[in-house]
Amino acid sequence: MTGEVDTISEETRLLIRVRDGRDRQAFAALFAHYAPRLKAMLRRGGMGEAQAEEVVQEAMLAVWHKATQFDPTRASASAWIYRIARNRQIDIFRREGRPVPDELTESPPPEPDAADALALDQETRRLRAALEALPPAQREMVERAYLGELSHSEIAAATGLPLGTIKSRIRLALERLRHELKDLRQP
Amino acid sequence: MTPAMTHHITHHLPEPMLADYAAGRLGHAFSVAVAAHVSLCDECRARLAAHEAAGGAVLETLPPEPVSDDLMARVMARLDDPAAAPPEPPAPSSIFPGPVMAALKGRPPRWRSLGMGIRQSLLHAGKDGSLRLLYIPPGRAVPDHGHEGRELTLVLQGAFHDETGHFGVGDIEVADASLEHTPVADEGTPCICLAATDAPLRFRALVPRLLQPIFRI
Repeated sequence: MTGEVDTISEETRLLIRVRDGRDRQAFAALFAHYAPRLKAMLRRGGMGEAQAEEVVQEAMLAVWHKATQFDPTRASASAWIYRIARNRQIDIFRREGRPVPDELTESPPPEPDAADALALDQETRRLRAALEALPPAQREMVERAYLGELSHSEIAAATGLPLGTIKSRIRLALERLRHELKDLRQP
Repeated sequence: MTPAMTHHITHHLPEPMLADYAAGRLGHAFSVAVAAHVSLCDECRARLAAHEAAGGAVLETLPPEPVSDDLMARVMARLDDPAAAPPEPPAPSSIFPGPVMAALKGRPPRWRSLGMGIRQSLLHAGKDGSLRLLYIPPGRAVPDHGHEGRELTLVLQGAFHDETGHFGVGDIEVADASLEHTPVADEGTPCICLAATDAPLRFRALVPRLLQPIFRI
């Protein structure tokens, strides 16, 4: 078990700075952290060196442009950037593009609840600790599944990761958002 | 923005399919059906986000691979270029979620009669499966059919029932190759469904097998 940290992760804070202030320095710091990891992910998926860097570029540009939609009560920076990178990757390689779910709002509520964002961040840390605590063979299977090398049905559905609590957190954040949107739409 | 939910969704996507969507491992037809269901279903939206959190955790723990020295400068130089922004996904209509509008290319469905008042609009046909909209008049049955692979059927208007249960707007039925089912539309409103397969369909009664390549169903 990791010790409880009472501040939001550095990466999520950087992404909020990009979202709210179009902060280039924060974006550069995010790039320095995620570009080499995204490249590693794409290379593991079988992509060549140059092509992987091409997709990293497009994915990071999408991070910059889509940052206004980032809601830290529903995703940590790592989860959100994982999604954005997958979407860009498929957009680039499939003629039909990536079908993505409708956004709930044009932009997240101006002041998402800081306690909720922190709680989600703590769950994210626990999830990562759980991943690192898996027996090596099982951990490798989980990694291969999320890196796109194996299908999840091939690894017998259960990934070995405790996703229930993080799901419940996000579900609560969605309910709250739905509620706020309903209030906004009242005449 | 997505329309308000009007129906309590009881039929959801299986966990491995959401995880495969998150990891970019589903074919186009299934990806549209998954994204369309998630547009309507907050339960699956939260489950998908949990898989993306797991994907994010894997991403964080990967040994980083150094990128070219000038990659960051190249990206920073393009931040103000509006052409570098990814395309905006289309907005939903009152019936069709955004991912279905994208598959329709923003145009109304081009309905073709399948007989008995049933109509279809083919949106995609490829090696990785097919995607179409089905229009079923009230009380009418879609002929008994099996399929080679899996089939996802998402209700977008009205409702249907078959041997496995009742499906209203937002509900998704996941059928594997062993299920021979006869969906029947509820009385009242015509039923409009999005149907995705990961293999070509084989209809039993409605269209002779020989005609299948012509109708591309």
